[in-house]
Amino acid sequence: MSAVADTHAQDHHHGPASGISRWLLTTNHKDIGTMYLIFSFTMFLLGGTMAMVIRAELFQPGLQIVQPEFFNQMTTMHGLIMVFGAVMPAFVGLANWMIPLMIGAPDMALPRMNNWSFWLLPCAFLILVSTLFMEGGAPNFGWTFYAPLSTTYGPPSTTFFIFAIHIMGVSSIMGAINVIATILNMRAPGMTLMKMPMFVWTWLITAFLLIAVMPVLAGVVTMMLMDINFGTSFFNAAGGGDPVLFQHVFWFFGHPEVYIMILPAFGAVSHIIPTFSRKPLFGYASMVYAVGAIAMLSFLVWAHHMFTVGVPVAGQLFFMYATLLIAVPTGVKVFNWVATMFRGSLTFETPMLFAIAFVILFSIGGFSGLMLAIAPADFQYHDTYFVVAHFHYVLVPGAIFGIFASAYFWLPKWTGHMYDETLGKTHFWLSFVGMNMAFFPMHFLGLAGMPRRIPDYALQFADFNMVSSIGAFMFGSTQLLFLLIVVKCVRGGEKASANPWEGAEGLEWTVPSPAPYHTFSTPPEVK
Amino acid sequence: MAEQPANNAAPQRSNARVVGWCLASAVGMFAFGFALVPLYDVFCDITGINGKTSGRYVSTERTAADMTRTIKVQFLAQNGPDMPWVFRPVARSVEVHPGEATTVNFYAENPTDRDMVAQAVPSLSPSEGTLYFHKTECFCFNQQPLAAGESTEMPLVFIVDRDLPSYITKLTLSYTLYDQGEPQAAVLRTTTIDNG
Repeated sequence: MSAVADTHAQDHHHGPASGISRWLLTTNHKDIGTMYLIFSFTMFLLGGTMAMVIRAELFQPGLQIVQPEFFNQMTTMHGLIMVFGAVMPAFVGLANWMIPLMIGAPDMALPRMNNWSFWLLPCAFLILVSTLFMEGGAPNFGWTFYAPLSTTYGPPSTTFFIFAIHIMGVSSIMGAINVIATILNMRAPGMTLMKMPMFVWTWLITAFLLIAVMPVLAGVVTMMLMDINFGTSFFNAAGGGDPVLFQHVFWFFGHPEVYIMILPAFGAVSHIIPTFSRKPLFGYASMVYAVGAIAMLSFLVWAHHMFTVGVPVAGQLFFMYATLLIAVPTGVKVFNWVATMFRGSLTFETPMLFAIAFVILFSIGGFSGLMLAIAPADFQYHDTYFVVAHFHYVLVPGAIFGIFASAYFWLPKWTGHMYDETLGKTHFWLSFVGMNMAFFPMHFLGLAGMPRRIPDYALQFADFNMVSSIGAFMFGSTQLLFLLIVVKCVRGGEKASANPWEGAEGLEWTVPSPAPYHTFSTPPEVK
Repeated sequence: MAEQPANNAAPQRSNARVVGWCLASAVGMFAFGFALVPLYDVFCDITGINGKTSGRYVSTERTAADMTRTIKVQFLAQNGPDMPWVFRPVARSVEVHPGEATTVNFYAENPTDRDMVAQAVPSLSPSEGTLYFHKTECFCFNQQPLAAGESTEMPLVFIVDRDLPSYITKLTLSYTLYDQGEPQAAVLRTTTIDNG
């Protein structure tokens, strides 16, 4: 650490360099966090635009706007960009900004690797997005890229997709290593593990999940690469392989991945709800253990995505019960959030609105998850819009609302200005209504039998699809308002004090707003 | 920062150690991803799930056929993508008693004007019966060459185990035939498939 600190002092003279090199060469956790967040929002708009194309096509039955081939590319790219480009980098951005501030560290443990892991991301997504302009089009096999659809029948651009996944994986693993090293090595004196803020705890566990499963994803795309280009038969039945193996390996990555996308949101909400309830978090220790339990269980449930491939009854029962078991620690968390609010002096600023919506709507997504976990019932729901409704309910009001809540909560710390509360609340309510309008009817569509990933549908699904599309347009366009709010907040506004929220606790609120370029050069003492 | 007393100069643990452990775990998990491939095959072989019938069966004891039970065994034959051969079972189904060896034939014809090699991949349904279906001789154990225009009957000898659960009264064996290319090229490739 001392070597890093020395070069830092010589190079930068305690302030940011000017011009583009500040951003290209920066090793400052706040700069890198900002870049991650900007990148994530850019990808959010790009992936969102693709969602708008999908919803526009589904506005009415029949083919109006795009051809089925392009529609499939849109669903695939929307999923990949939102998962790997929007949600994951947003949480890494929040981690970069907040973890050093929350644990009283001057920077991340490995600042140069931090820079590298960020700059790999734009490269990866440049490659991924460029496949849209290639001959044969972009990947069109869904974000889960099941073999043999993605191997034997994939477009020529699949190899570029594989390379992009490899680069994203390297970036995520480096980011995770950095988080672990920072949390384990750089906590302020006196901050024991069980005194760590919840956001830090959830990120520590998320980082372990990332290290455990991103290499498996890299492995599965490497097998695809070899099947496509080097004549192996990992997933090719003609050569003795097995396509079902692909699904096992993919979901061994895929299920922990969904917790990677939600655990940091759990952490952030565990700061926001106590702040605006003016009460300490109810059941801190049980919150920590619940997150640990969820992370452990996430490795034992992967085949619940594959009930219909012919898993034997004993296997279905095991994966069904293991999946239902996850509801227990998740229920503990929801109970604790509600108990924190119980008899608190609640106020409803924008971060709190997003946090409460998170708790309620994420629970709805959790319940539809329980329905899907029931093996005999899953045969009806599998690959229908019910699944689409389920995972959008856990990802949009779960991960995305968690990110919005965090952004509003910490914007005063980042920019030194208060955001416009009226606009913030408008953003919340439009998002809330739009999101529910877009995704709630999908439950009914799925139960009525509408399959996912289709550009056209039977006439009886028309009304719900139109409602859903209107909601999606509303939700999508509202996000431009968020851009406006953030730009406005960066440029000016009411000055924020060091602790702009009455009930906020934690080291990040002891430094001035905006947080100076270098903080905690001398570590604080934690009692 | 250099002139200030560097409080973080001596972290509790060295970063190199943490990074080393993390990188080792990442490499280990990458290897684990590949290890899942043989593990999956072994798991399917032991449990018989996935309809993967096992390799050549050598009966260890001579037991009389169980004449009280009759099992209907049905045969399906289909071609893989772009496979031009004619491929069908000579008999669509046979009725057998558990414990007795039965021989059936599959008809294959290469209607093209080039010599070809094919590989048949079996699958048994219901998968609970997989462990009780033994093949003592099967054309699927080896690749099958056929000259242009040639046809043949390929034998399969099987025994349904006497321990077959009583609720199973019917077994369906399906073969999919895949093109393995020209005979010369095929020789260079693996000539047998483990779980033939």
